[in-house]
Amino acid sequence: MTNVSTTETRAKGAVAEKLASESRNATKAMLVEFWYYFKQNRGAVIGLAVFLILVVVALLAPYVAPHSPDMQYRENFLQPPAWEEGGSATFLLGTDAVGRDILSRLIYGSRYSLFIGVVVVTIALSGGIVLGVIAGYFRGSVDTFIMRVMDIILAFPSLLLALVLVAILGPGLTNAMIAIAIVLQPHFVRLTRAAVLSERNRDYVVAARVAGAGNLRLMFKTILPNCLSPLIVQATLSFSNAILDAAALGFLGMGAQPPTPEWGTMLAEAREFILRAWWVVTFPGLAILVTVLAINLVGDGLRDALDPKLKRS
Amino acid sequence: MPLLEIRNLKVEFETASGPFKALDGVDYTVDSGEVLAIVGESGSGKSVAMLALMGLLPDTATVTVDKMEFEGRDITKLSATDRRQVIGKDISMIFQEPIASLNPCFTVGFQIGEALKVHTDLSSSDRSRRVIELLEAVGIPEPKGRLSSFPHQMSGGQCQRVMIAMAIACQPKLLIADEPTTALDVTIQKQILDLLLKLQEESGMGLIMITHDMGVVAETADRVVVQYQGRQMEESDVLTLFESPKHPYTKALLSALPENATGDRLPTVSDFREFLESEAKKVSA
Amino acid sequence: MLRFLVGRIGLLIPTFLGVTLVAFSFIRLLPGDPLDLLAGERGIDPARKAELLHQMGFDRPLWHQYLMYLGDILQGDLGTSFVSKKPVLEEFFTLFPATVELSLCAIFIAVAIGIPAGIFAAVKRGSFFDQTIMGTALVGYSMPIFWWGLLLIIFFSGILQWTPVSGRISLIYFFPQVTGFMLIDSLLSGQEGAFKSAVSHLILPSVVLATIPLAVIARQTRSAMLEVLGEDYVRTARAKGLAPFRVIGLHALRNALIPVITTIGLQVGVLLAGAILTETIFSWPGIGKWLVDSISRRDYFVVQGALLMIAGVVMLVNLIVDVLYGLINPRIRHN
Repeated sequence: MTNVSTTETRAKGAVAEKLASESRNATKAMLVEFWYYFKQNRGAVIGLAVFLILVVVALLAPYVAPHSPDMQYRENFLQPPAWEEGGSATFLLGTDAVGRDILSRLIYGSRYSLFIGVVVVTIALSGGIVLGVIAGYFRGSVDTFIMRVMDIILAFPSLLLALVLVAILGPGLTNAMIAIAIVLQPHFVRLTRAAVLSERNRDYVVAARVAGAGNLRLMFKTILPNCLSPLIVQATLSFSNAILDAAALGFLGMGAQPPTPEWGTMLAEAREFILRAWWVVTFPGLAILVTVLAINLVGDGLRDALDPKLKRS
Repeated sequence: MPLLEIRNLKVEFETASGPFKALDGVDYTVDSGEVLAIVGESGSGKSVAMLALMGLLPDTATVTVDKMEFEGRDITKLSATDRRQVIGKDISMIFQEPIASLNPCFTVGFQIGEALKVHTDLSSSDRSRRVIELLEAVGIPEPKGRLSSFPHQMSGGQCQRVMIAMAIACQPKLLIADEPTTALDVTIQKQILDLLLKLQEESGMGLIMITHDMGVVAETADRVVVQYQGRQMEESDVLTLFESPKHPYTKALLSALPENATGDRLPTVSDFREFLESEAKKVSA
Repeated sequence: MLRFLVGRIGLLIPTFLGVTLVAFSFIRLLPGDPLDLLAGERGIDPARKAELLHQMGFDRPLWHQYLMYLGDILQGDLGTSFVSKKPVLEEFFTLFPATVELSLCAIFIAVAIGIPAGIFAAVKRGSFFDQTIMGTALVGYSMPIFWWGLLLIIFFSGILQWTPVSGRISLIYFFPQVTGFMLIDSLLSGQEGAFKSAVSHLILPSVVLATIPLAVIARQTRSAMLEVLGEDYVRTARAKGLAPFRVIGLHALRNALIPVITTIGLQVGVLLAGAILTETIFSWPGIGKWLVDSISRRDYFVVQGALLMIAGVVMLVNLIVDVLYGLINPRIRHN
């Protein structure tokens, strides 16, 4: 008796092992194919490289930055960049109005921008997926209610709603991130819902249902993985939008507060010097632009590589 | 002098995986009042040849030809502007998907009238009169009311009639029909073929019928060109072709007709593929 | 068509009610009550405060307050500014033309450059021009416009001294506001140099505000054109012997414009969000700057009113775009 059941278990185990390895191979093949298509897009590869450099710089900020971001060199107010007359190699990109090294502040600022992107996208994506799957899977009044609420959020220009939310929550980086996440969330809800709607009546879902899969399993394990492509692309775009919006809020004095070396906040502080010291304005903005551009390049590459419609052409 | 004479036409496409030869040295001759059928499976290059004649191939295609003459004029030597005066006026073409081939944003009347506007100097009232005549000629009921219809408001058969009206608007000397009935219901197919033949007989124009359907060939063509994978297999008049096909591929094609089914299985061309390939080797050797 | 329109408006009503609910909640969600904000740091006598709260209806149940608020909105009463003591709606309509002028100018620039650029890129797909145009578009799409505005000020106002830094017109001109649009009013005034001054004030902010919509429109036009150029009906048009200009400019473009119009409509939200930043940088006296100033002055009835009005404008424009979409797309119009 025991013997038989061990053999049976063993056989089952072998089958499970085989299935798992097959699925691993399929995933691997998919990734290889994806990378092949992504690689074709030169811009996307450059964007990815820039983004990875930024991540490394952000992680190693204390080792890379030549100065402390908050150190005020009283002798060197508004010192121009090294290559300009009056500049020095000590402050490569010059100093700001209170004598802080701009390069070091930018390097530390990259930490904030990437952090903002990660946090905002995580909140917006997870919230959006849960709401979207629920709306698309259950339909009916739940769906109507969720989508109406999303319509209301979308009726406001994103920055306006973010500003007002920050006015309620109080200025600051955390509140700005929450506000931006709420504003970006409806896009994820809509995408997820649309994808779920188109998938829920496919044969494989029906098959899983017949096999006795529960609602939660059907929603998140069966259907969701097949809706991922548009979500990944949207997540990338939202990452860059989050950085832009957070910088805009910082610029308006509603995001990160001085002396935080957040790029938008740095710009706000620099505004009064625009006609006297171009460098205090130019570099933080350039940092935002390059970061956002790199992420958008990756986003375009992802879209082309993940969209099977474009693949064929 | 034949109406159209094409000698040694070659078309190559640039693709991601290197150049692809779609046509490798084919010849066509059509006389006025003649119906030529070009037959072959998909991929045999039968449409590509006519698209090359019309100048409708994408930029990735390279066309080389020894001779491409229409009414004795070398088409390849014409400037783009001069060529457009021949295309759509003296040579016109209808396509496989009638609904997709009409612009969804413009009315039927506008689209037919446009051909007249570009190629004739009829006044606008003359043009609309002529459009109504044309719609009548292709058998559209209530042509006047149909002028302001959009393609999506009509059936596939009616759209193909509109396409035909558009193609014959300027009384072309040569009409090319690229699988004109493939996308239509069986009952409509016959009507469209009859219409094409009637128009051809009335006007005495040349007609090139591109098809993969031997039934269509038998019903319409005077002469037949059989193509396979970009090469011309056989050219003969239609009776000879059906009675004593010379090339093995033609034989294969003919034996794939439904009436030749034995038992419960219909032979397909691929049943003859091995044989064909060995033949092809013999030819090239 | 009428049913289509009625259906669209029917969809808008619940959304608009939701928007009023958001605006209503805004004041109630703020830390402290409105009177604390109004009184500021001086404080207020508790008895007097209770009396005022009662007067303003803040002591009634929330649903009652909401119904009162809805009633006020229907009567066109959006409250009064703490700072200027003027009705919010009146202030809105005084400042709104400035924003409309700026936005119209921006969308004009975006469409006038974006659509031709997109068409050109699509027709020359893969060429050097295509890559340059699309590269530039992506840079524009990624642009932090508040920084871009500052850069333009540094260059055109600082270095070249071509354009003024702020405002709508030079202070030496004074004339009645007839339409509220400075370009028109300056012409109507007949004062020499007034129109030129208005243009030079308008140009930089418009360019800044146009940047992102321009990039979006160019990208969308290109992809719509690419899709359309592969359609059978484009081949038919070419088979008719039409000139390439007519094939692309009429047959292809007419179809490609359908999604592009939707995209242009969606830019309203982008424009109004951008106006908040652009108006702040250029001290442009429109509703964007009004909103930012009101938030920093804690003039919350103004913020509430602006929230409602801006959302209303966005919804209205989206409705118009929906109708336009139906008009230019025969497949919708006739079903």
